Amino acid sequence: MDQRSKQLRKLIVRGLEGGGRGHIGSSMSLVEIMRVLFDSYLRFRPSDATWPDRDRLILSKGHGCLALYAILADKGFFDPEELDSFCKFNARLGGHPELGKVPGVEASTGALGHGLPMAVGMALAAKIKKQSHRIVVIMGDGEINEGTVWEAAMSASKHQLTNLIAMVDYNKLQSYGATKEVLDLEPLADKWRAFGFEVVEVDGHDMSALENLVARLPLNAQKPTAVICHTIKGKGIPFAEGKAEWHHKSGLSSDDISALYECLL
Amino acid sequence: MRKTALNCVYDLAKQDERIVFIGSDLGPGVLGAMKSEIPERFFMEGISEQHVIGMSAGLAMEGFIPYVNTIATFLTRRCYEQIALDLCLQDLPVRLIASGGGVVYAPLGPTHLAVEDIAIMRALPNMTVVAPCDADEMSRLMAQTLDWPHPIYIRLGKGGDAIVSREEHGFEIGKAILLQEPGAGLFVTTGVMTQLALQAVDLLKEEGLTCGVLHIHTVKPLDHVALSHWLPKVKGVVTVEEHTRIGGLGSAILEFCNDQMPGQAAKIARIGIPDHFAEQYGSQNSLLAHWGITVETLCNVMRKQLQNA
Ligand SMILES: Cc1ncc(C[n+]2csc(CCOP(=O)(O)OP(=O)(O)O)c2C)c(N)n1
Repeated sequence: MDQRSKQLRKLIVRGLEGGGRGHIGSSMSLVEIMRVLFDSYLRFRPSDATWPDRDRLILSKGHGCLALYAILADKGFFDPEELDSFCKFNARLGGHPELGKVPGVEASTGALGHGLPMAVGMALAAKIKKQSHRIVVIMGDGEINEGTVWEAAMSASKHQLTNLIAMVDYNKLQSYGATKEVLDLEPLADKWRAFGFEVVEVDGHDMSALENLVARLPLNAQKPTAVICHTIKGKGIPFAEGKAEWHHKSGLSSDDISALYECLL
Repeated sequence: MRKTALNCVYDLAKQDERIVFIGSDLGPGVLGAMKSEIPERFFMEGISEQHVIGMSAGLAMEGFIPYVNTIATFLTRRCYEQIALDLCLQDLPVRLIASGGGVVYAPLGPTHLAVEDIAIMRALPNMTVVAPCDADEMSRLMAQTLDWPHPIYIRLGKGGDAIVSREEHGFEIGKAILLQEPGAGLFVTTGVMTQLALQAVDLLKEEGLTCGVLHIHTVKPLDHVALSHWLPKVKGVVTVEEHTRIGGLGSAILEFCNDQMPGQAAKIARIGIPDHFAEQYGSQNSLLAHWGITVETLCNVMRKQLQNA
């Protein structure tokens, strides 16, 4: 793992330290996805977060917000110091991201299964208004158990939303345990294909693969795109990787925090 | 409270083959013993709450008694139509165990708070709405859920709440419990707000104001007998709930008064959550304090009610 990926993870740990809690595994699996989007794909202006021509990113799995806050801080949407206030009473950075509070956050998420329907609305709006910005939505693999995801998927296909990129953080775990055991998603690529998407699969931690992929988006001139990112929940924290118990932790001690930082040296 | 509730489900399931447990996507290891001992009646269905309610209805139609557990707000807001039609319209004995009622999940923000759950559940015909005040009361309630012929919404507090319920009061769905005899004032409470009212009673007593606490664990069906008996006996009434002031316990009592004893309504003040989404995070207590749901406010409002009387 290179220094930039470690640096972003350290920002996540800073938030965990500030709040004494957070969705560790869920945030760590998102880091490279966020990184490639903000470094190489999305068009945005940190000092003018609501610039009308910006691309919209919806983190539908809102509980992974520390990864979003980390990249937004890194890009200068707000001072990284603000991560110390995570989840505190008067903070802007809550346990789930809220529109209108955090610059760069495009939708209030936290209840799963709301991101793709809102993204469809935004993509449709751009199409009607002949605007060229793009809508990216990131969902969890457990999240796509929700029926609303598939209702929205059919709609995206019906409206030929080529400006819509739906990404799945396929870390193979949800809250209770393995997605395979709770509610198996396979064959996942075929499902998205059957719902009318052009589908691509990628290693969600391999920066060069991710870079190559975003350079090719959108993949099809008639269809919305689905990107299935194969990831590891808790990536970068060896004792948390692939462990359902690290989905969320509260009551994090300073020893816990040091142990997390130590993984990122 | 949650642990107690789920352990009760397991105990009931051991004795009664009609009991099934359905979770959506709960924490790892939840009810592990039940899963390994009675795997055919333990289900973890995935993040698909609406489906879970429909599935519980189907099981109930075939004679099972499903106990469904997930986070309160996802159980209520998200599945409202399934609850209304699949469960209430068909009047099926499904039990909804709602984790984190009120603002237990304060740091997680407004997507995770259940502050209008009582109002929307209460509005449905055939639904029973219960908010126990502590783990002991929870186990007394759970024992009674087995043969109640209607759907039940069970609202859980944070857990670790002080035990204030007492064995000798027993527990009957729909029957309020007088935890403290009133003098001039009466707090009428539900869920863990009962603890707060008991503290207020102690403080007010020091200044010579004797107040009682009527604990309404069952918000629906509301105990009309207890209300008809106690309301006329006191000078001031303060209702307290960890819920929006719209449509919850306080509203239910005002509706009852308006229908059956209109003269009593004027002595009632309602304490609850104001009509806007939570704007802060922090903790359950810091949010409640921000909204003035504290022992001090309870005392102040009661003093005012008694002064006006
Ligand atoms: C509608 C809804 N139901 C339940 C939850 C509680 N919840 C939060 S995260 C989570 C698991 C999410 O799993 P996944 O989408 O795979 O994301 P991961 O954390 O594994 O990246 C659950 C069940 C929720 N936030 N919203």
